[in-house]
Amino acid sequence: MYNTTVARLTLRALLGRRRALILFALPGLLLLVSAVVRGLVGADDTIAADVLGGFALATMVPLIGVIAGTGAIGPEIDDGSIVHLLSKPVKRPVIVFTKLVVALGVTVLFAAVPTLVAGFVLNGNSGRIAVACAAGAAVASVAYSALFLLLGTVTRHAVVIGLVYALVWESLIGSLVPGARTLSIQQWGLSLAQRIGGGDLLTSEVRIVPAVVLLCVVTAAATWFAGLRLGSLTLADEG
Amino acid sequence: MTALILDRVSRWFGNVVAVNDVTMTIGPGVTGLLGPNGAGKSTLINLMSGFLAPSSGSVTLDGTPVRGNEGTYRHIGLVPEREAMYDFLTGREFVVACSELHGLTDPAAAARRALGTVGMEFAQDRRISTYSKGMRQRVKMAAALVHDPSALLLDEPFNGMDPRQRMELMDVLRRMGEEGRTVLFSSHILEEVEQLAGHIEVVVAGRHAASGDFRRIRRLMTDRPHRYLIRSGDDRALAAALIADPSTAGIEVDTAEGVLRVQAVDFPRFTELLPRVAREHGIRLRTVSPSDESLESVFSYLVSA
Repeated sequence: MYNTTVARLTLRALLGRRRALILFALPGLLLLVSAVVRGLVGADDTIAADVLGGFALATMVPLIGVIAGTGAIGPEIDDGSIVHLLSKPVKRPVIVFTKLVVALGVTVLFAAVPTLVAGFVLNGNSGRIAVACAAGAAVASVAYSALFLLLGTVTRHAVVIGLVYALVWESLIGSLVPGARTLSIQQWGLSLAQRIGGGDLLTSEVRIVPAVVLLCVVTAAATWFAGLRLGSLTLADEG
Repeated sequence: MTALILDRVSRWFGNVVAVNDVTMTIGPGVTGLLGPNGAGKSTLINLMSGFLAPSSGSVTLDGTPVRGNEGTYRHIGLVPEREAMYDFLTGREFVVACSELHGLTDPAAAARRALGTVGMEFAQDRRISTYSKGMRQRVKMAAALVHDPSALLLDEPFNGMDPRQRMELMDVLRRMGEEGRTVLFSSHILEEVEQLAGHIEVVVAGRHAASGDFRRIRRLMTDRPHRYLIRSGDDRALAAALIADPSTAGIEVDTAEGVLRVQAVDFPRFTELLPRVAREHGIRLRTVSPSDESLESVFSYLVSA
């Protein structure tokens, strides 16, 4: 199900683009903010939960998910170079799955791991906030990667639509309309974080069982659709 | 011996029929797929390379359906028209990646061989983003050849190449054909096809218009009625002299425009007749221009022939 050559090409394409700078800038910013906060106010569980929940989970994870997920396949489809992958004896699902693994790996590395580190910087994992948020970020990364990978196969404007989903739907509408939070990957991740953290500093609107089910369904369905989309690509724009 | 067989293949997109009931067999040697832009050549190449499913009919390579069967790519080398190919890699890295994707046992050796075939060793360690159009085309060729395929499909391979690059690529393709590979390339330029392909398939407006030896098709093209637009010192006298000869079938004296429109049915004879008549009658020829030499008119004649 996994092809190392496809993975290598995908990873080099992802990290070779200028957009990749954001992959380093966002976690850098998180760590910087965490260090400054710790220096100014000392270790504080409430502030730690606010920084990790409000910035890491709500903004950084989806943004990195957008860059990694769409970047793992979108540019190749836009410029047509994907043809060189598709005209080889490699099954389409293998290509999709490999790209998903790469996108997921990049998102975990650049979003979940820095979240964990930032949590330790903020309050030394007191109240298990660091571990809880990192775990939430990791599971959210799975769904984000799959969803944004699918977007990359569907539209040229995958980045814009991904940003609209992450910032407008999850953050803005989610904060105004409680019902919208049920359909928010961020909330599903938070649900797991709440479960692990156990306290009442991290809270989610979605209970753990539906959150896990929704995560699995979205990931599986998005991956399956992305495979179908790949099968319908042709050599050029024209029919 | 590899044969790519299209059997009563049609492909439509919504209400638009892009390929209409095409039956053809592409065998070993070089075959040119000729047709004006928008005739359905790209759709045909997509069908032949398994990127599109036929709406009806079948496309098979040695009896195996091409679509939905990644295994056939072991026998097909595809050179797409679009330029992009992981420009951040060097030419060698790209071709090695392609041979890995084919699961070859010694990817590095296969890549070296393929790059040698297209004469790209000299630039193989430069990034593809620094390559010229011709170099890109050659690296695409190397990538398509790396697994030693028995069939090679090229979509408009000469587009945008300069004459020297064109000649070099033609040499490579000719060699592939002589080695017994099935080589098919598409083009909308008759001269390209004529120089390279012994066998031509012509498509016009989605239909299979002609098939066969290029000499036969060339003859069809030169034997068709030619129209000329002529301006002279004395249009009426010239018209009278020309219509007396059986090489012309009709002449219109267009007084409003001040031109003669001549339809010639015997092309070689007419080209000899016109200057002679003008000289004998002391008529000065100011303009002699063929008025329907556009490729489209040549093609539409072929379709009706």
